[in-house]
Amino acid sequence: MSLEMAEVKKIAQLAAIAVEPQELDAVGAKLSNILDLFDQLSQADTDGVEPMAHPLDQTQRLREDQVAETDQREKFQSIAPATENGLYLVPKVIE
Amino acid sequence: MYQYSIKQLSEALQTKQVSSRELTQYFLDRTARLDTQVNSFITQTPELALQMAAQADAKIAQGNAHALTGIPMAHKDIFCTDGVRTSCGSKMLDNFMAPYDAHVVTQLKQMGMPILGKTNMDEFAMGSSSESSYYGPTKNPWDLTAVPGGSSGGSAAAVAAGLVPFATGTDTGGSIRQPAAFCGISGIKPTYGAVSRFGMISYASSFDQGGPMAMSAEDCAWLLNAMVGFDQRDSTSMQIEPTDYTAQLNQSLKGLKVGVPSDYFGEGLDPQVAASVKQAIAEIEKLGAQVVEVSLPNQKLAVAAYYVLAPAEASSNLSRYDGVRFGHRCADPKDLNDLYTRSRAEGFGAEVKRRIMVGAYALSAGYYDAYYLKAQKVRRLVRDDFTRAFEQCDVILGPVAPTVAFNIGEKADDPISMYLADLYTIPVNLAGLPAMSIPAGFVNQRPVGLHLVGPYFSEAKLLNVAHQYQQVTNWHQQRPEWVGDK
Repeated sequence: MSLEMAEVKKIAQLAAIAVEPQELDAVGAKLSNILDLFDQLSQADTDGVEPMAHPLDQTQRLREDQVAETDQREKFQSIAPATENGLYLVPKVIE
Repeated sequence: MYQYSIKQLSEALQTKQVSSRELTQYFLDRTARLDTQVNSFITQTPELALQMAAQADAKIAQGNAHALTGIPMAHKDIFCTDGVRTSCGSKMLDNFMAPYDAHVVTQLKQMGMPILGKTNMDEFAMGSSSESSYYGPTKNPWDLTAVPGGSSGGSAAAVAAGLVPFATGTDTGGSIRQPAAFCGISGIKPTYGAVSRFGMISYASSFDQGGPMAMSAEDCAWLLNAMVGFDQRDSTSMQIEPTDYTAQLNQSLKGLKVGVPSDYFGEGLDPQVAASVKQAIAEIEKLGAQVVEVSLPNQKLAVAAYYVLAPAEASSNLSRYDGVRFGHRCADPKDLNDLYTRSRAEGFGAEVKRRIMVGAYALSAGYYDAYYLKAQKVRRLVRDDFTRAFEQCDVILGPVAPTVAFNIGEKADDPISMYLADLYTIPVNLAGLPAMSIPAGFVNQRPVGLHLVGPYFSEAKLLNVAHQYQQVTNWHQQRPEWVGDK
């Protein structure tokens, strides 16, 4: 299977990763090889087989909704690239 | 002293033949002398280590120490360590000073084990050679032109070179067992859910599992005692009965049923590796075990299923790296999308980007059923193979990897051939079973690993089989000559 240039661009967009135009071919070729590997799966007869999400077929544990952690905003924000007044800074979203 | 077992180190500390401070300094000195060649550490923490060693000595002097108190160790750089850089081998987290401890880090701190540093690894644990680290490849102490395996290659190499008696690892598709095999050490991946994933940087959450890497099965048993345990902060942590993993070590193997899958010894397995593994199985047979043939017919599909599911989970898990709250941020973003896409393009290496893209594709509209759902069904088929096999046997034995350690650079540009290096380890992660790798000989002066796989929560049995094998063989005591004390 060989991915079209447009598909590679779409995948990069879904992944939110910038890919330079000159890299698209090489990236697409390696992705295509991996997708070829996936095609082996079509050999398997999976009629009536339930998809398996958890190795031990466990379901998510529930707990009471109680406050357990203390606020550590300052500590966590001390490693952020840019903050102001306890808020994370990003480029302007709305003009 | 670097050849001492955990038990011997513990006795030496408790009887005050050596202080934790001396022991810690000894391993720091070895690392300073030898790691320039191995590159097994990303970050060394000598001040933290010596401070923890002083606390350990005080505890021992007061007589309220645990058996592991004072024994230095290292963490794979995937475990968040409060106040210490936790890079996960990535430029993305080069500046990330973890603001809290992983549960495993807390557990081992409570034991009083000084932290010597953080070990090298494939970026975000995605790899089988430790070559994809932002901090350069780790070398195999047995042959500095060979890879140490991956992704926990730094931990494996540090233990093999005697830079630390024990290091933590994580195993998503073989990342404890394959580097343990390549470096000639012992490592165990516990049952999924046995060791908490809290603070262990996520790659593929339904597979990721932490475990110990050390010189012997006995050492691993001691360390597993300290690492297993329920943690409410990990939503998939299992509530299991407290177990002493050292308790069964000395049991006889008489009557043990050993399953050997014929599927394991087919095409692709190096004949010399096959011979070493068969010899190890014969050795275990001599100890009273009975060999039965089992079949795992769906294993051949495991690599394909894994490379759908693990990247799918990774594409979701790694969406947190957005240049906003922590980690790498690109310079002068022109808008929010530019901030996201350029921070990620600059911060991630090629293989990580590839897996995120593959995962995003497998989960995207139109492909979800054909890839993701299909792979989850195959995952069940692989698991059911094991369930059937364990009706006939107590433990499955085979090779860890199809070859011994390959050369640095040999597979670096060929993702598929790198993926296939994990064909024996990946099925175990799909099923969530416990498994270990122990040294079982050499081919061309590079170590061979024996793979032991057991039913859920059979860690004590695996360690028992491995320990009994290590009582009649000395592969696990071998060390590369050049790492000896001066």
